[in-house]
Amino acid sequence: MIRIVCPHCGLRDQTEFLYGGDATVSRPADDAPLDAWNDYVYTRENPRGLHIELWQHTAGCREWIKVLRDVTTHEIVATGVMTDDLEKVREKAQAEAGQ
Amino acid sequence: MSNPCPNNPYRLPTGGLIDRSQQRSFVFDGIRYCGYQGDTLASALLANGVHLAGRSFKYHRPRGIYTDGPEEPNALVEMRIGSRQEPNTRATTVELYDGLIARSQNRFPSLSFDMMAVNQLASPGLVAGFYYKTFMWPKKGWLFYEWFIRKAAGLGTPTLAADPDLYEKAHAHCDVLVVGGGPAGLAAALSAGRAGLRVILCDERADFGGSLRYDERMIDGRPALDWAGKALGEISAMPDVTVLRRTTAYGVYDGNTVGLVERVSDHVPTPAPFQVRQRMWTVRAQKIILATGAIERPLVFPNNDKPGVMLASAARSYTRQYGVKLGEKGAVFTTNDDGYRAALAMREADMPVTVIDPRPDTGSAIPDLARKAGVEILNGHVVTSVSGRLRVREVVAMESDGKTHKGTQKRISADVVAVSGGWTPTLHLASHAGAKAVWDEEMSCFLPDLAKCRADMSVAGSVNGTNTLSGAIQEGYEAGAIAARSFGKTMPDPIAVDVVDPAEAPAQVVWRVKAAKGQPSKAFVDFQNDATDKDIEIANREGFVSVEHMKRYTTLGMATDQGKLSNVNGLALLAEARGASIPEVGTTTFRPPYTPVAMGSFAGRHKGRALKPTRRTPMHHWHEAEGAVFVEAGLWMRAQYYPRPGEDVHASMRREVRMTRASVGMCDVSTLGKIDLQGPDAAEFLNKVYSNGFKTLQIGKARYGLMLREDGIVYDDGTTSRLGENHYLITTTTGHAVQVMSHLEYCAQVEFPDLNVQLTSVTDHWAAMSIAGPKSSDTLAAAITGVDFSNEGLPFMGVVDGTVGDIPVRVFRISFSGDLAYEVQTPAGYGLAVWEALMAAGAPHDITPYGTEALNIMRIEKGFITHSEIDGNRTPADLGLGKMASTKKSYIGHKLLSREGIVATDRPTLIGLRPVDGKAKIRAGAILVKDPDTAKQADMEGHVTSQCYSPTFGEPIALALLKNGPDRIGETIWAHFPLYNSSVQCEVMPAIRFDPDGRKVKGEPENA
Repeated sequence: MIRIVCPHCGLRDQTEFLYGGDATVSRPADDAPLDAWNDYVYTRENPRGLHIELWQHTAGCREWIKVLRDVTTHEIVATGVMTDDLEKVREKAQAEAGQ
Repeated sequence: MSNPCPNNPYRLPTGGLIDRSQQRSFVFDGIRYCGYQGDTLASALLANGVHLAGRSFKYHRPRGIYTDGPEEPNALVEMRIGSRQEPNTRATTVELYDGLIARSQNRFPSLSFDMMAVNQLASPGLVAGFYYKTFMWPKKGWLFYEWFIRKAAGLGTPTLAADPDLYEKAHAHCDVLVVGGGPAGLAAALSAGRAGLRVILCDERADFGGSLRYDERMIDGRPALDWAGKALGEISAMPDVTVLRRTTAYGVYDGNTVGLVERVSDHVPTPAPFQVRQRMWTVRAQKIILATGAIERPLVFPNNDKPGVMLASAARSYTRQYGVKLGEKGAVFTTNDDGYRAALAMREADMPVTVIDPRPDTGSAIPDLARKAGVEILNGHVVTSVSGRLRVREVVAMESDGKTHKGTQKRISADVVAVSGGWTPTLHLASHAGAKAVWDEEMSCFLPDLAKCRADMSVAGSVNGTNTLSGAIQEGYEAGAIAARSFGKTMPDPIAVDVVDPAEAPAQVVWRVKAAKGQPSKAFVDFQNDATDKDIEIANREGFVSVEHMKRYTTLGMATDQGKLSNVNGLALLAEARGASIPEVGTTTFRPPYTPVAMGSFAGRHKGRALKPTRRTPMHHWHEAEGAVFVEAGLWMRAQYYPRPGEDVHASMRREVRMTRASVGMCDVSTLGKIDLQGPDAAEFLNKVYSNGFKTLQIGKARYGLMLREDGIVYDDGTTSRLGENHYLITTTTGHAVQVMSHLEYCAQVEFPDLNVQLTSVTDHWAAMSIAGPKSSDTLAAAITGVDFSNEGLPFMGVVDGTVGDIPVRVFRISFSGDLAYEVQTPAGYGLAVWEALMAAGAPHDITPYGTEALNIMRIEKGFITHSEIDGNRTPADLGLGKMASTKKSYIGHKLLSREGIVATDRPTLIGLRPVDGKAKIRAGAILVKDPDTAKQADMEGHVTSQCYSPTFGEPIALALLKNGPDRIGETIWAHFPLYNSSVQCEVMPAIRFDPDGRKVKGEPENA
């Protein structure tokens, strides 16, 4: 079972969480071209390795959080609140894995 | 006090760990036998001289007890009778209890005379791939052959009766989980426990000690098992240590989670009252120490499957642990020094023993001991075959270097043959967590490489290739100590054990002994699947050279033992056939479970009504007392209809509709999702999540809202009421309440974090009831004070507070039936009281409770949508609600609503249907076509979403989605249902059939 550190509640089982998809896409501005909206809704990168994902702690604090997960091993590398930038953590972890 | 079993001819007069004062009577294949407390079914059978325990899977060859553990491939029995019957149970792991009943499998009519053994005569044809090649012609023939093949194949049969036993789940956390209670595991638990860690120690057997239970050596001057007892005593007394016996760690999962199954009651006839049969543990361990030991490897030689042939370690165990004399005369075929220990054990039982060893005289310690004990040793020899029908009688040995034989065949009389081809570390659990199995050439085995292991895991003892007793204890102790250090604990004092580990001479690798001229040739690699060395050669010859392909083509390594014995020999022979090395061939991946786990343990208490939680409304028991029939709506139980005497479902729901439309009816709608929204930006938030505008909604007013997904498709609908300046109550459909809550939280936290709003689910906090019909206002006026129920006092879509006696209620003038209607909400605890008060107030008007069936009929008559229409493919315009998609504001879904496919004019759109003959039932799911006789998928112009018989209009009606629907009112179309090949000619109608102008809900005169 995957275990996730909720930044608000601590280490919990995966069964307490709801998976919410890719956290790296952001909602375009209202006047953005239709293509940008199309990409936002339908296009997702699916790289091997580390993904920054949205999860909701539904059986806990009900907060949406960010989770840095290796999709090949299910390892949870880091978690953070919505305002945290996990991109740097990902880059660092990727660089370490590459060495 | 001794109480010897009668007719136990092969029980040694003394010795073993059995309790000779406790007789245990049991029945195997209809014959009553006697054993002792502490026996396994296998050891008790052997003590009674029964070696023949089963027939093989494919050739129905007689098979004996081959091992002393969970790796047993042959002695699979059907345990117990009646609803507790369990097939394919390994006799080697079944603890004997009084009254045990077991049967052998895969034989007809009896074990000693099995008609299906004729398969042996056909065996040259029954090799790997036989089924694939033979039964493929003619093309449809397989359906015919399959019935016979299924009948002939397979092992035991399960019971069809419901499982009468209880199972439960337990969850545990620990610093260190130690798997395996042999010397290394006990030592690991000892040091981790001494350092003060929270430890769980588990072992699959009933008693701890592992190999120490039959080791002939002394530790600290005392029998080896005394050391184990002392260690276990100390461990068990520690406050933070949990010791689980009869508990198998069957799988390692993500996040250092380990699945254990504890067989609480399998060693007794039936579980004690209220006791579970098995307990499933989910252990979240900080660290895992594997001390799972090793399994001895068989040798592949012709006729190596005859009853009486067994692993050398099993021979030691049965002799020394269970006091069994395995036969009259023993032979040992070993490629290593350790195998000689079986000869020593059999000598202790006073059996003459001959050892056949391909190596020249090694001059090492253990063979020396054996020679001194009177064992005859044939160095430079191999066993080329054994003979005997239902039991081995003779061993044929020849001089050989392991590959080519020379000289004459020596015939050695023996009725038990112990074999040892070395040891295979039990690294399954490490493999589950991603550890690689790396071939060690020197030790000729796979060792776990933890570099890529996802779990925080270490290994100790023979699973790590450490095969000396002192080494295993030291390594286990150190693993515990290292764990202690990682938790910042003081390292325990080092352990000192005094044990003799004689130096062993190198083993010789013999993957297979070829048949001698004129001798039988069938040599089994996988006993359980009847896979031979020839099958592997065939697989290789036919191109199945990958280890994964070979496994599937020959079935080697499948079934209950999962290749615990056969894996390495199979790989080695494949490597030999390919002319490759074993690392080049590689190994298959081990996956959970390590040994079979009963389905009941996975289910635990979650079966029947307890599979999922059941949600009941506050008025549930009133409905029950009224004789309501309930229907499941997600987790909810909802009243479906309230039959009166003599009424069936149709009569009941039609009456409920008629009474409601004529006077007044009441329906429990507490299951609707309710979300409390507050905050200064609440109005703006609603404007973002609904497609229609909410900024103009006044306090004390409700509005119907449509929620879209970001792709423009309708997600959910419901009314939202403004209760105060910054306070709203959102309602959702029953089915989507949970998802809508998460969706709104997503919007508030992720997409629009600048909006200051708070969301709280209040579904369970409010009871809700819908009161519909022309007399609904009169009914409410009689029960509720503080509310003016005139059309002006509480107009359509008005919201107001009132009281029923002292009970606060909130009244919403909304309608899901098309009639004048209200929804009354009250805090859940008052639900029943308010419901009863309203029923009493409605009595003069002959009020009826109505269920979900009547609710559904009335909403179809009115053309209201549910998730039958909101099916994840519909835009607002598709549902006739295009005006609710604002073009003046930005909201979730607005942008992609302008895509070309979404705005196409010929999209299926909501309409109503009636049968042209006024009688035929229009089936939901039927496709709409112009010509039902030539109907194809491509001709489909839409489909029926909801249907009912309308008591109001006296005919069947339906809602449907039809291309250009609203422009085709009055046309005819066929509703074709291919499954029943039924077709109904329908007239296209407006979706809203009942009161299309909405005068009733608004309380306007009919002919204004």
